[in-house]
Amino acid sequence: MATEDDLKVRDLLVRVLREHDAEILDLWVRAQSERAAVTALGERELRSEAAGVIAALREGLETGLPVGDVVERHAPAREAVVRLSVRRARAGVDPTATALATLALKDTLLDVLREHTDEPGALFSAAITVNRLLDAAGALTFASYVEGREEIIRTQHRQMLELSTPVVRLWRGVLAVPLIGTLDSARTQLVMNGLLEAIQADEAPVAIIDITGVPTVDTVVAHHLLQTVTAVRLMGAECFISGIRPAIAQTITQLGIDLSTITTRATLADALAEAVRLLDADFPDMASERVRSAL
Amino acid sequence: MTAPPPAGVPIIRLGDILLTGLLDDLDDKTALRFTEELTERIADEGARGVVIDISRLEIIDSFVARVLTESAAAGRLLGARMIVAGMRPAVAITLCGLGLALSGVETALTAERAVAALGWRRDPARVHGSRPHATR
Repeated sequence: MATEDDLKVRDLLVRVLREHDAEILDLWVRAQSERAAVTALGERELRSEAAGVIAALREGLETGLPVGDVVERHAPAREAVVRLSVRRARAGVDPTATALATLALKDTLLDVLREHTDEPGALFSAAITVNRLLDAAGALTFASYVEGREEIIRTQHRQMLELSTPVVRLWRGVLAVPLIGTLDSARTQLVMNGLLEAIQADEAPVAIIDITGVPTVDTVVAHHLLQTVTAVRLMGAECFISGIRPAIAQTITQLGIDLSTITTRATLADALAEAVRLLDADFPDMASERVRSAL
Repeated sequence: MTAPPPAGVPIIRLGDILLTGLLDDLDDKTALRFTEELTERIADEGARGVVIDISRLEIIDSFVARVLTESAAAGRLLGARMIVAGMRPAVAITLCGLGLALSGVETALTAERAVAALGWRRDPARVHGSRPHATR
């Protein structure tokens, strides 16, 4: 439909983009700076980024792809838009400002077009084309922004998992896991794995799970704790839980969680004392070795 | 009374303790015969304690878990202390995931620890073997 008109409009757009790119660039960058949300990005960076997007869009229009698909299917245009939004996502710019940054180009383009076209009909068609082109860009911006943010979340999640599972040797035959943060099933798996491997490697008869750094204990967390304790006991070691704060003790009671099968202590120090007592009673050979190494 | 047919799993007698172990390639028939032979040996020899070493068991399924639980329960009924020793981390995690906590079964880190818990002790002063005596 109206391919001739379409071609004419495209030619007009491409011409304006080519001949007045410096003007468009200035206006667009100023429009973005006015929103003030992009201060995290430097002026120069903003300019080069904008120049890249404008050039890529022009090339995309020249390829003759359907206007609505230019941003999707013309690789350089797509890349330029994705880069723009991912960089904003990393810099912590909020999503509205990111989407508006792309949409601001619409106003800019229309302003420049108006200055260089006298014919209302052509201007109208051009406006529609610009709209189609940049709405697609706006949608892509948002999608990539979310993707960029999710990438950050995934990275942080991975880092958190790495942080969260040190198994420390407190005493000869006594291992401890200081848990920090909420205990979900993925972390339980990691903690359990690390602890069990360490128990096997060290032949440690006692393990202490310290939950001082766990903010709340609900039924799910309690279930995960119980599971870990069960696994440790299956290996033939004993497992204590320490670091139960008064508030958490109350929550556990109120929720009716039964931890009576587990030895629990208020502090890690108490649990360690208990562990040493247990070692003295059950593994006197270990106790004597311990005394020898202490001397 | 007829002697049970020779089973694939060896059961070693150390004084009043029986020592045995399970391997990975345990098939159902061998497992059932193992339970049977172990129970009879406990009864015949009046074993005070039994150590089942599973440190060579890399994977476990619900069947082997049941064999363990049932052997342990039967042995306990006959008055023997049953200890499962040397469970690997992967096996422990699998059992937890299956919801099989082997309730009522005693566990030990190694066969040596299990035997020590039953009253045997390595005596560094005496090179010529251990002797059964009450601990502590």
